[in-house]
Amino acid sequence: MNAIIELKDIKRNFLVGNETVHALREVSFVIRPGEFVTIMGTSGSGKSTLLNILGCLDTPSSGEYRLDGYSVRQMGKNERAELRNHKIGFVFQSYNLLPKTTSIENVELPLMYNPAISAKERERRAVAALEAVGLHDRLYHKSNQMSGGQQQRVAIARALVNDPVLILADEATGNLDTRTSFEILSLFQDLHARGRTIVFVTHNPELSAYSSRTIVLKDGRVIQDTENKKIASVKEALAAMPKTED
Amino acid sequence: MNFTNLFRIALRALGNNKMRGFLTMLGIIIGVASVITMLAIGQGSKRSIRAQIAEMGSNMIMIHPGADMRGGVRLDAADMQSLKLEDYYSIVNEAGYVSACSPSVSSGGQTIYGANNYPTTMYGVNPDYLEIRKYSVAEGEMFSEQDILSSAKVCVIGKTIVDNLFTNGEEPVVKIIRFGKIPFRIIGVLASKGYNTMGMDQDDLMLAPYTTIQKRVLAITHLQSIFCSALTEEKTEDAEAEISSILRRNHKLKDVDDDDFNIRSQQELSTMMNSTTDMMTMLLACIAGISLLVGGIGIMNIMYVSVTERTREIGLRMSIGAKGRDILAQFLIEAIMISVTGGIIGVILGMGASWMVKMMAGWPVYVQLYSVILSFVVCTVTGIFFGWYPAQKASNLDPIEAIRYE
Repeated sequence: MNAIIELKDIKRNFLVGNETVHALREVSFVIRPGEFVTIMGTSGSGKSTLLNILGCLDTPSSGEYRLDGYSVRQMGKNERAELRNHKIGFVFQSYNLLPKTTSIENVELPLMYNPAISAKERERRAVAALEAVGLHDRLYHKSNQMSGGQQQRVAIARALVNDPVLILADEATGNLDTRTSFEILSLFQDLHARGRTIVFVTHNPELSAYSSRTIVLKDGRVIQDTENKKIASVKEALAAMPKTED
Repeated sequence: MNFTNLFRIALRALGNNKMRGFLTMLGIIIGVASVITMLAIGQGSKRSIRAQIAEMGSNMIMIHPGADMRGGVRLDAADMQSLKLEDYYSIVNEAGYVSACSPSVSSGGQTIYGANNYPTTMYGVNPDYLEIRKYSVAEGEMFSEQDILSSAKVCVIGKTIVDNLFTNGEEPVVKIIRFGKIPFRIIGVLASKGYNTMGMDQDDLMLAPYTTIQKRVLAITHLQSIFCSALTEEKTEDAEAEISSILRRNHKLKDVDDDDFNIRSQQELSTMMNSTTDMMTMLLACIAGISLLVGGIGIMNIMYVSVTERTREIGLRMSIGAKGRDILAQFLIEAIMISVTGGIIGVILGMGASWMVKMMAGWPVYVQLYSVILSFVVCTVTGIFFGWYPAQKASNLDPIEAIRYE
């Protein structure tokens, strides 16, 4: 099988004042379709920089990055924008939904920037994506009328709507309480079970138990890359949790 | 990038901030409305002045005796006797650009009928005078060439005199009135023309054969003035030149001599009036234009703030696949939609305001299509111009920083 992500000797340097900061020093790994990878690291470990490069928001200073076979390093801004639009679904810590906008309009957004898709098709896919995250009864709710968990579900639906090869989650449970964050995590596990490739960036070591592979970064280097043979089920963890009163 | 999608994106973004959009629009609305109203008022007064001049006879030419030097002494034009009947005959016979011509002598005096009297001016003219000054006879008839030959004591009077002398509503035609000591038979009444632009009552006059006034009232043989009509308004200058050469020849003036007559046409008056109203219109339009500019700056200000406020939104759009030019287009379209919608409302409001001015103040007001199109174009250009800078700023944001902007 072809790799979704192929990183080879990735270096990323920043110039801060007169000093060169090496955010990433020779990072190499391969992610294959269907993997659920947790990328962990403390702040300053370079995980944000790695996320930006994986998400084609940034390009490496040297090294080779191939996303679904496309070499990203030489691409211009507009090409990368198009690549993001077609290949990647982003889920952010703070949801980043458009304010005062309905779920369906938020989910449609990535397709609005894809002229190949008609208005009808756009709506059909948005509804399907919202159904996939369990929000079929919240299609016309506005983002400010929903809870954090629901908003994050909308954001995940938005990441799914363009049928990406890679879902890139940046601290996707960071703003949620434990129970809700486990519910979201459970949704990611469902997606993984359905064959989606997921990269989950977090600083929370507990979460690695629920993914299929863990990559740990420190000082711009990969210090650990382990496969998790026994993936813990989030649903079981949820069931063990005391019920919240509502 | 698909234009309909961009349009829809911009529309949704605007819909999320209706109040702000409206307030931003307000500047444009007021600007456009004032431009339209000011231009309408300017155009209206210009048109009404033109109509007044046309009513006085826009192709009218007046010839008066002019400054003359006798032994180094400049004489008052009124004392001059340089215009003769021969001049009138020459113009009638020789001038090709002149369609109607009338000699004119006048005398002020008191008109008396029964117990009523009224001061007026008696003009001694020929029947052509009606055509030249755009008068018409409402009742009775104009005097004839026969009356001129016989110096008949007949007259045609204006509405004002009828109102002042015939206070009991009697029929004026064929009544005898006195002008000073001389009795005149009224054979016609002129149709009312009302007041002209300068506030002169155009109905306060009596017309009689010029021979009658010359012989029986003033006892003179010269003419005080000659009135002519050029063939058309455009031919007025040619007619003036022609008349001038005829009079110079008749008066045996050498090339070095000044004219001893003055030729004036309504064209000079209309040019002067037009330039005055044009200047007024320009002034009003400038003030209105400034308010439109201020409205435009309002758009820029709001769009600029909006870019900062929506940094995260811009970052999100970019990370899910919006290109720089998509963001640029979105913000530009938002700015243009604000200004164009404001423009449409402004045009409607401006037309309404013009109509109100017409109804309430009774000013002559005329909304021209060009002023509507002009303000509309200016609006759109304003939107693009003032929207460009903030839009450019938005499109140049770095998605990595924008998405994490707090």
